[in-house]
Amino acid sequence: MSTTTATKGTAPKLKTSAMIASFADPGQKTASAPFGHALLKAAQENDRIVGLTADLGKYTDMHIFAQAFPERFFQMGMAEQLLFGAAAGLAETGLVPFASTYSVFAARRAYDFLCLDSAEPNLNVNIVGGLPGLTTGYGPSHQATEDMAIFRGMPNLTIVDPCDSIDIEQAVPQLAASEGPTYLRLLRGNVPTVLDEYGYTFELGKAKVLRGGNDVVFISSGLMTMRALQAAKALAEHNVDVAVVHTPTIKPFDAATVLAEINTDRLAVTLENHSVIGGLFETVASAVVTAGLGKRVVPVALPDEFLDAGALPTLHERYGLSVQRIVAKVLAELG
Amino acid sequence: MTATQEARMTATQETMATTTERVHNVSAAAYRIRHHALNMGEVQGQGYVGQALGAADMLAAVYADQLRFRAADPEWEGRDRFLLSTGHYAIGHYAALAEAGIVPVEELETYGSDDSRLPMSGMSTYTPGMEISGGSLGHGLTIAVGMALGLRYQGSTARVYNFLSDGELDEGSTWEAAMGAHHHQLGNLTAMVDINALQADGKTETVLRTEPVTEKWESFGWYTQRVDGNNMAELLKAFDNAAAQAAAVGRPSVILCDTKVGRGVPLLEEREKAHFMRIEEHEWQQCREQLTAGYEGTASA
Repeated sequence: MSTTTATKGTAPKLKTSAMIASFADPGQKTASAPFGHALLKAAQENDRIVGLTADLGKYTDMHIFAQAFPERFFQMGMAEQLLFGAAAGLAETGLVPFASTYSVFAARRAYDFLCLDSAEPNLNVNIVGGLPGLTTGYGPSHQATEDMAIFRGMPNLTIVDPCDSIDIEQAVPQLAASEGPTYLRLLRGNVPTVLDEYGYTFELGKAKVLRGGNDVVFISSGLMTMRALQAAKALAEHNVDVAVVHTPTIKPFDAATVLAEINTDRLAVTLENHSVIGGLFETVASAVVTAGLGKRVVPVALPDEFLDAGALPTLHERYGLSVQRIVAKVLAELG
Repeated sequence: MTATQEARMTATQETMATTTERVHNVSAAAYRIRHHALNMGEVQGQGYVGQALGAADMLAAVYADQLRFRAADPEWEGRDRFLLSTGHYAIGHYAALAEAGIVPVEELETYGSDDSRLPMSGMSTYTPGMEISGGSLGHGLTIAVGMALGLRYQGSTARVYNFLSDGELDEGSTWEAAMGAHHHQLGNLTAMVDINALQADGKTETVLRTEPVTEKWESFGWYTQRVDGNNMAELLKAFDNAAAQAAAVGRPSVILCDTKVGRGVPLLEEREKAHFMRIEEHEWQQCREQLTAGYEGTASA
């Protein structure tokens, strides 16, 4: 089929490249490169912080730190095993490294180096993974749809899935201050600013109730908390009252806060930018089962498949992460 | 002649005058390391004794001659770092740590036993003086790059030594690190490669051909020396050459050491080479006797 035929009489197809820089909605309040600026600020206060990357400094907002502190920045080249082995070596000398690459390369390619060189000796190595979950239209080579599933099994590793620029700004100094290795699911470029409207502060290891609601409770992490809040507003127009609980720390998981919210008559829904295998849904499900709660939990998550290439709005709609799809799913569940 | 030149001259003369004694002393340390390794092997009834015997001269050169450390304070900030990448060589490393006074000799008999600080594969979390958890091969040099960067950034003059094996040259990560060390001009880093030409599945040349090894390291920009790793005089000369050109910023250095599995114990040198050498219960004493006879013969000569 030719392109002309495909687009005749319909809206032009969205382009993959249109959504590479940001997943922000048009007109949404955003902050530019919050990770880079937060790392710069933390480094001004803590001279043990160093940065390194594997040829993706500009694409993980690490360049902001690198420009300010060239002597504290180490370019390791497109060599992810070296990147994370060297990060461990830097930490062994008492420094606090933040090492950035894309999530696919950190999780799939360099796992052994993170696991044995940083996690086993419990070093303060901070992994910064760009393009977590479905935040690029480049297809499976770049879409880290199973990064949390891979990383959750690693002992000692703290996993943080931030929602917005507020989360990232507040998480970075806490990650630097915490002992042991961490993994941050980076949101880069123009990152939406969402949580400032909810009197929210990020606390490592804590889930936060962002809004109450009588009919449904959303348990969400990452950019899906933004979608959860938008869906909650949309559902209000259908007279459905939705609570939203944000769980930016996936491991260790704040089961106490989440279980207290789930153990009610409300419909419980988890929302994550990750495969339905091994991420937030299964984290919540295991907490529910362990606590002996016979409670149904409905997942909004990516399917256990290699996903298509394309424009992000197209793909989020296709795989159920869009506000519209969330609203439809909740209404269907409520019958 | 300036005072500095004069001092150097005197030092050189002294070094030359004491070369025989120095070789003798470090060889004695190597003998004791081999002896410890045989004792530890006997506890397990098997193990990586062949590798320990082959690498004992390299380990002795490091611990009895090169490395700056404080036996009573293994975490001393100013220490040189010795990173054992080949976790299974731990038996040899423990023997060297005992020789260095970091681990008590009497503790060696716990090697590989439950609750011991000396597990079969070396781990930093278990053993004083063990800088990293090796064993997943191809990691050591990548960590060494980070340590060398970190020490240099913090103004330390400590040097980083990474012990790796020729089998680890199969791993792509080793070459990532080799490029990284050269790119960052880590003159404070020395790699030492035990080339015993043996891997788990057989001879290195049949498993994955790594030669020409010297040319590879040279082309990666390293100051490269290749020596008989069981000849102490050659080894010490190579370490001296590496030390002479060590600098905060400069070429990293590699010493390629051809060694013989089972070295020092003819019974094992002649046995069919195996990654995991089987030694019968009655043979351990025979091994020790052969080791001592050979060492005393050489020493008296």
